[in-house]
Amino acid sequence: MRGVIQDGMEHLLRELVPQVLAVLTRRFRDFADAEDAVQEALIAAASQWPESGVPENPRGWLIRVASRRMIDRIRSEEARRERQDEAAAQAVLYTQAPEFDPDHGPELDDTLQLFFLCCHPALTPSSSIALTLRCVGGLTTVEIARAFLVPETTMAQRISRAKASIQAAGARFEPPTQAERRERLSAVLHILYLIFSEGYSASSGPQTQRVELAQEAIRLCRALHVVVPEDPEAAGLLALMLLTDARRFARTGADGEAIPLDEQDRSLWDRSQIQEGVRLLETALSKGAIGTYQLQAAVAALHDEAARAEETDWPQILALYELMMKLAGNPMVALNHAIASAMVHGPQRGLELLQALDSDPRMARHHRLDAVRAHLLEMAHHDAEAVRCYHLAASRTTSLPEQRYLLMRAARLGDQSGAR
Amino acid sequence: MKYILLMSGTKAGVNTYREWSKSDVEAHFAFLGRLNRELTESGELVANDGLGSPEAARVVRAGKDGMPITDGVFPESKEFLLGYWIVDVDTPERACEIAARLSAGPAPGGDQTSMPIEVRQIMSRRSSELA
Repeated sequence: MRGVIQDGMEHLLRELVPQVLAVLTRRFRDFADAEDAVQEALIAAASQWPESGVPENPRGWLIRVASRRMIDRIRSEEARRERQDEAAAQAVLYTQAPEFDPDHGPELDDTLQLFFLCCHPALTPSSSIALTLRCVGGLTTVEIARAFLVPETTMAQRISRAKASIQAAGARFEPPTQAERRERLSAVLHILYLIFSEGYSASSGPQTQRVELAQEAIRLCRALHVVVPEDPEAAGLLALMLLTDARRFARTGADGEAIPLDEQDRSLWDRSQIQEGVRLLETALSKGAIGTYQLQAAVAALHDEAARAEETDWPQILALYELMMKLAGNPMVALNHAIASAMVHGPQRGLELLQALDSDPRMARHHRLDAVRAHLLEMAHHDAEAVRCYHLAASRTTSLPEQRYLLMRAARLGDQSGAR
Repeated sequence: MKYILLMSGTKAGVNTYREWSKSDVEAHFAFLGRLNRELTESGELVANDGLGSPEAARVVRAGKDGMPITDGVFPESKEFLLGYWIVDVDTPERACEIAARLSAGPAPGGDQTSMPIEVRQIMSRRSSELA
């Protein structure tokens, strides 16, 4: 059993990772090596602190140890170069870098710049996800590998390649230009959104050893919201995560099966988390710069605020999807818009709207289109057609809990109506 | 997204390996080793195994009493799974690209094996419906 002290220490170390990494990167101007040095310092802390106790200034301790590792690296690199009769001038400069004042650091900007580096456009999403979790989230490679169910060596490789790509792209640890900032921030939000949805898993099974990615995404998004408090979309994304995650205990059954929103036990929803999400969202919306995360959060809030499924404010949800269609229409939004239309104007209206998506190559063979059509057909009492669409959706989804849900739904309808 | 790449062949096909020269066999195994290293270095390899010889394969069914009924002899024409690769890739196209690489493994006489590789997506435990 792990003691409270050890858990507290782990938590502390994870909080300190981005701060220490930022200091090292700024001081030595080499993100990839700095990242390795910080990992080595963390390993040293994890083995020494339980014996010696947490030092009075843990952050200063980590910076000192990581810097020493970094200087060792530079010296051995220097020695290697000397052996090859090459100049080794620069390293001396680095070792003479000014001492860091632990009480006087531009920490907020540091965290933001780390986010920007980890979510650099030169990286694939999977690389950005891994790097963000390690460099900003302070997770170990083992923890990230477990979360994504891949071997540690594979994840370690993915991380070191990501660092190499950043270096190759010439990315620096400095703020992007004002013109780039909006776009870079959207990229960060997108990566956090991906981490959250990866964690939005209905799996049961041996989860105890696995980091909860949804919780990690929320923690990271909180950190981002702290450094860009004025950005309504960052707040909107945090609200969306909180409002969605609030339903986590209700959306999975005892055997890991997915339970749809309208059948969930709403007493299991996390009220305080819903309140926090709603408060965040209201503040964000009041700034007047509407974006898709805020709108999605607003939809989630309307679901969360309905005491019973029948009391859901569908007209308001429909209005939000109409706004989303105008702002950033994509087939997924169109699909949700069709559902909301069906809930307000009846299934026939929804089915008509779905027809437009049949010719969209991004959607035509997507299981969600078949699944939504099946639901609407069921609402319209076209049972045989509904069963056919449920089966089609079940054969196209790549999610096990969804497949199981769709097959159950088809079987239930088949039993009721003899439509098989 | 994770994919499993399944390499299968007929028993007769498997036996043709026995006719290969030492250098052909070496070249083939070196190729497989290289590819696995590449997939590890690219951060894509999740698992890879080869399976024992089809001659030692058994098919098991439960009898009425729940006890195993074992069937050990296969018709020659039957396809056998020889090995598999599980990869975690960014796109379906990349999974097919790796499968094509596997299928292009060296055979005697400068040929390639052109083994058929079945590409199947592994279902996730994640449910995608967020709202």
